[in-house]
Amino acid sequence: MKSYLVLLKNECKLSLRDMNMVIFAIIMPLVVLIVLGLIYGDKSIAAGADSTFLERSFGAVCAISMCAGGLMGLPIVVSDYRERKILKRFRVTPMSPALLLAVELSIYILYCIVSLLLCWLIAGVFWEVQIHGNLPAFLGSWLLTMISTLSIGMLVGGIAKNSKQAGVIASVLYFPMLVFSGTTVPLEIMPKAMQSVVHVFPLTQGIELMKKTFLGVCATDVFLSVFVMLSVTTVCVGLAVRFFKWE
Amino acid sequence: MNDAGDAIRVNGLTKTYGGRFAVKDLTFSVKSGMVFGLLGANGAGKSTTIDCILGTKQKDTGEISVLGMDPKKDRRRLFQMVGVQFQEGDYQNEIRVEELCEETACLYRHPADWHQLLQRFGIGDKEKQPVKSLSGGERQRLFIVLALIPNPKLVFLDELTTGLDARARRSVWEVLEGLKQQGLTVFLTSHFMDEVEALCDEICILKKGSPVFYGTVAQAKKQCGCDKFEDAYLMLSDEEEAAE
Repeated sequence: MKSYLVLLKNECKLSLRDMNMVIFAIIMPLVVLIVLGLIYGDKSIAAGADSTFLERSFGAVCAISMCAGGLMGLPIVVSDYRERKILKRFRVTPMSPALLLAVELSIYILYCIVSLLLCWLIAGVFWEVQIHGNLPAFLGSWLLTMISTLSIGMLVGGIAKNSKQAGVIASVLYFPMLVFSGTTVPLEIMPKAMQSVVHVFPLTQGIELMKKTFLGVCATDVFLSVFVMLSVTTVCVGLAVRFFKWE
Repeated sequence: MNDAGDAIRVNGLTKTYGGRFAVKDLTFSVKSGMVFGLLGANGAGKSTTIDCILGTKQKDTGEISVLGMDPKKDRRRLFQMVGVQFQEGDYQNEIRVEELCEETACLYRHPADWHQLLQRFGIGDKEKQPVKSLSGGERQRLFIVLALIPNPKLVFLDELTTGLDARARRSVWEVLEGLKQQGLTVFLTSHFMDEVEALCDEICILKKGSPVFYGTVAQAKKQCGCDKFEDAYLMLSDEEEAAE
């Protein structure tokens, strides 16, 4: 536990010095939120609807920091450590792969938490965004989406040969998910055909679930979404620890 | 753990890269409390041997035991007691000296006081500095400090004084002598024969992956009829000259 905390503290400092994740996981979601806020303000999604456009997009905005951490930050940091033989140095210490991955995972969870709090604060203060659904249900689906997204990054980081390969895999995962799964472009404005394709992305499931629980819409396929995300998490974390490459 | 006084035992170690032998049928043992030097020209197989002993490379054949343990199977238990300085030590971008030391120390049950170690190696005033701003020699000393942080029973030092000035080398020798008195076993590689002569109880010379000499420095000199160990080393490690 002591080694976990010391490593977490040091790796957090290093991550902040690097600034990349501050820009992509903290500032970028805020920019998207503010742009959406300035365009739509507190307008309703349709005449007579009791939720605003911004409220419907809130879950998607939260997912931006998850994508940044899970599909860019986490895999690139771990594979960079591998390429630069920092992992080789750790290999001849009592460090376990699980400890290292847990520390890196925790850093990106912290970014997501900070991003969620900031977005919620700003959306609430400027555009009166408020949760219509059940708070624990929303936080539960937020947690599940985050963990499943980060676990994909953990797997890529755990086994990619070098940061170049991790970068390519991460980009292939990151950009389509970011653009098409409702994070930046809301699902509602996509053509029907595109919507159905986009529904196979795991992140889409998470965003839908966050949206429904935020708006308090009765969700019928909750169990499917939960099942998909839990499976992705279990498989990815298991494979990442089992097939972890030091070099 | 009955290692019968042997800290390291290597028996018939062979490692090939794409059909070419990097290490061929290497056998030696290092007694506890001894300073052992593995010598040879660049590319003779020293680093590959270290990698195989530590389990960071997969050996082809042979038996390896370190402190009576299997370096791959007992990795986490073994490396509580073993410190390692690699030839190409790297570190996280932007990390500071104190952070690197702290991060290393937190992994061990009984770490040494790294502030004191930094002082002893003459870099005590660099704690707050980014590692990348250190000079080559300072960084080299920092990586020796990292290898000593576990309070190890056994330490591996690959080219321990490369890049150090004469004074710094002497002070590294002194610290190692002191630690040896306290029972530390040292496995080192070096290209400085004065250093090998001053520190090593036993040496093994590799040539193209095969051992060409295994014994003490005095034996090497005697075998070659040389007064200077460097001459003996060159004779042993170089075929053409030995044939003359």
